[in-house]
Amino acid sequence: MSQVKTLTVKDFKSDQEVRWCPGCGDYAILNQMQKVFAELGLSRENTVFVSGIGCSSRFPYYMSTYGVHGIHGRAPAIATGVKIANPGLNVWVITGDGDGLSIGGNHLLHTIRRNVNLKIILFNNRIYGLTKGQYSPTSEFGKKTKSTPFGSIDYPMHPISVAIGAEVTFVARCVDVDVKYQQYVLKRAAEHQGTAFVEIYQDCNVYNHEAFDYASDRQVRDDHVLYLEHGKPMIFGKERNKGIRLNGTHPEVVELGSGITADDLLIHDERAPEPTLAYLLSRMRHPEFPEPMGVYRAIQLPTYENLLVDQIAAVSQKLGPRSLDDLFNEGDTWVVD
Amino acid sequence: MTTATTAQDSHHRSKATTELQHAAIRFAGDSGDGMQLAGTQFTNTSAVFGNDVSTLPDFPAEIRAPAGTLAGVSGFQINFSSHPIHTPGDQVDALIAMNPAALRTNIKDLIDGGILIVNTDEFTATNLKLAKFDQNPLESGELKPYRVYKVPITKHTLEAVVPAGLGSKESARCRNFYALGLVFWLFDRPLDTTLNWIHSKFGKVPAVAEANTLALKAGYNFGETAELFPVRYKVNRARLAPGRYRNLTGNQALAIGLITAARKAGKALFYGSYPITPASDILHELSANKNFDVRTFQAEDEIAAICATIGAAYAGAISVTGTSGPGVALKQEAIGLAVMTELPLVIVNVQRGGPSTGLPTKTEQADLWQAILGRNGECPVPVIAAQSPADCFHAAIEAVRIAVRFMTPVILLTDGYLANGSEPWRIMASGEIAPIEVRHAQEAADFQPYRRDELGARPWAIPGTPGLEHRIGGLEKQDVTGNVNYEPENHQRMVNLRAEKVANVATQIPEQEVFGDESGELLLVSWGGTYGSVRTACERMREAGHSVSHMHLRWLNPMPGNVEQLLRRFRRVLVCELNMGQLQFMLQGRFCIPCVGLHKVQGRPFIVGEIVSRIEELLGGR
Ligand code: SF4
Repeated sequence: MSQVKTLTVKDFKSDQEVRWCPGCGDYAILNQMQKVFAELGLSRENTVFVSGIGCSSRFPYYMSTYGVHGIHGRAPAIATGVKIANPGLNVWVITGDGDGLSIGGNHLLHTIRRNVNLKIILFNNRIYGLTKGQYSPTSEFGKKTKSTPFGSIDYPMHPISVAIGAEVTFVARCVDVDVKYQQYVLKRAAEHQGTAFVEIYQDCNVYNHEAFDYASDRQVRDDHVLYLEHGKPMIFGKERNKGIRLNGTHPEVVELGSGITADDLLIHDERAPEPTLAYLLSRMRHPEFPEPMGVYRAIQLPTYENLLVDQIAAVSQKLGPRSLDDLFNEGDTWVVD
Repeated sequence: MTTATTAQDSHHRSKATTELQHAAIRFAGDSGDGMQLAGTQFTNTSAVFGNDVSTLPDFPAEIRAPAGTLAGVSGFQINFSSHPIHTPGDQVDALIAMNPAALRTNIKDLIDGGILIVNTDEFTATNLKLAKFDQNPLESGELKPYRVYKVPITKHTLEAVVPAGLGSKESARCRNFYALGLVFWLFDRPLDTTLNWIHSKFGKVPAVAEANTLALKAGYNFGETAELFPVRYKVNRARLAPGRYRNLTGNQALAIGLITAARKAGKALFYGSYPITPASDILHELSANKNFDVRTFQAEDEIAAICATIGAAYAGAISVTGTSGPGVALKQEAIGLAVMTELPLVIVNVQRGGPSTGLPTKTEQADLWQAILGRNGECPVPVIAAQSPADCFHAAIEAVRIAVRFMTPVILLTDGYLANGSEPWRIMASGEIAPIEVRHAQEAADFQPYRRDELGARPWAIPGTPGLEHRIGGLEKQDVTGNVNYEPENHQRMVNLRAEKVANVATQIPEQEVFGDESGELLLVSWGGTYGSVRTACERMREAGHSVSHMHLRWLNPMPGNVEQLLRRFRRVLVCELNMGQLQFMLQGRFCIPCVGLHKVQGRPFIVGEIVSRIEELLGGR
């Protein structure tokens, strides 16, 4: 990524008026993104934001970088094409729980599986906002919405579990209003080489207000979330007096003291080659467990576009320089005088 | 391999030879009998020998339908000649039937008095039953109209390949080479092209190479020595335009054309595709040529394939997606996005029988409306159709050229017949092909992503260019700025501008030509892969002194500006197409000119005879 001059937060704002509902969690994410871009010294001209359809997918219009507002669910595919055509670009995908997990679920899975070097940010508000309030694939069982007046009978899916199932090389979670922590997570994603998948709990204050209050309200959140730190025991709580211990193959919440120390707790290992621990963490859910925030998994694997470029180079070397005329004259030919 | 036309034909002849101007033959057998391979080898040999050739492979949708069944029959027809030909032939002069099922499904296409070679070893009670023969046709007398040659091909093959030391199953698999050798003898063809092929293909497995060689030669020698065949036939070289030639299938030609277009534009080629019959060979061909900076992407589905293609176009590659009709159905929303974002890409549709999964391995032209009308909103897209296997090369280059010049998606229609059929291609020098000019916007001062040039194209500004950062998407654009805009007048203006841009393509394509007289009694109109049969029918009628001309449309949208004027010069217009009247409907609707149609949807190309009959009916009914 070239660095011509140091850009400020303002330099990453486009001239378009931001049109999310007042109080929408998307504003906080846009602000943190612009901040992170400025702080990391990223360039505008080498960045492309790609999105699908939904409230979150208006995001590219508000960044002063290159951008494509695509069609519903297809942003990962569009972004893959951008990256293959020009692997040097810094490409981000903005999607939501409906866009990314419902209509676009297939593309999300396969993009993650290929480890294309994209940053995929999924704004999870557990509702369809743009179409005015239907339940989404992450809405809780029994949820009453316009399309489920008697309660949803769909079991929800869990974005991080899905990403791990698709062999993700980087996966993390944060909350829209916890801005400092969000900056940390976005920076980690930006630095990862490969698909980085980030779930952000985002408040849709019109159709699903306070869905994540337990994780965002300063009064209570410390008892409801677990901040993951690589190599550290899993301790949480306002008083930092609770931890996660493994009992057989099941995690359990324990109180520190009375014989239980940090040594008894699970130690986080984001670089574990097997995703077992990351998956186990992704299954921990409110209210039984604190929900883990931060980086679940960050491993290194060659990226799709690098493998492609290397293969083209290797094949070209093997076959030597071939001109179009060589191509035309391949196989059986004959001459008519 | 290269063979000059002057350096062969030295083997001596022990039997009478009859000269023919052309001959059509068909290899037919079980899916596992290797008929496509035998047909391809006969084609290559004839092409290298110097004949004009035209082929029609015909195979079932199932990879291996149960052995011996009617559903499992696979065929390959070759028409080879000493004069220019445009079609694989209506009927065949010789049929090689490797089993009863192949006999049953193909015999109707053999001319009266034609040569029928049957593998008698396969005419067992079980196989006869599978082919629904109550009586053995070799004994019942029902094959009387033909010259039947009964050859125990399997038995002969097994005997011949003994020295190679293969197992009996592998030995029997060589029977297609035995049959091929016999037919090579019958039509006085040299063996060297196939021997070279066997060597390069099986060189690493000497036993297999030896067995196939032995089988091929045994078949040839059987023709030479057996008393069975009183004469053999010879089809002399065609007087093709001088030059070096190779035989190309439509899919091969299309792939080479795309690589050429990208090179001529000085760009990487991106090809996003999801495997689908009959388009997959384009993906295979391109994947094997990555050294030309070909970036193939086998996507997770059809939608991802085109969306990645749109992304690649935005980022500056020559971007193409290829599929068949069901795939285009899935891609339509994304084509709309490409129309709205005004990005250059090519969508290849190798048409097959529809609707739905339809007839995956059979040809049809019923996706014309889908190409022209198949999207939501006012969504015009240029549409071009290739007319012959080798023409897929030129059509591919033309499609890319227009896409880049006009910043628009272009749909390129071919079909299963063109894709798998083949013909000789006079190898061009790459220098004969004009460069494709690509202009990327560079100037940041006063840059507007939707400011248009004189033909209505917007600038192609690619990521990585400082100062040109802009956002595009599927929401309606404001004229000039490209910002999201919902104003009523702006939407009307943008719909008009997009339509005008596509209409302007007509200024960059050749005027429509007519074969035959420029006016007269009857004008035949065709498009796409039916070119060859319609042209041949026209030639035949003209030779018989009738006032019949032929107009073959290459661009279906927009059409050349003089099409209406030409249509009006004829008393009647007959539109021949492998659908139920889609082009006919378009011409009538557009120009208010009444047309009659010749329609067929049987998964097969037109035969010349049926077009001629329709013409005679029309002229007679005058
Ligand atoms: S509907 Fe919800 S998600 Fe959409 S902009 Fe409004 S608050 Fe945000």
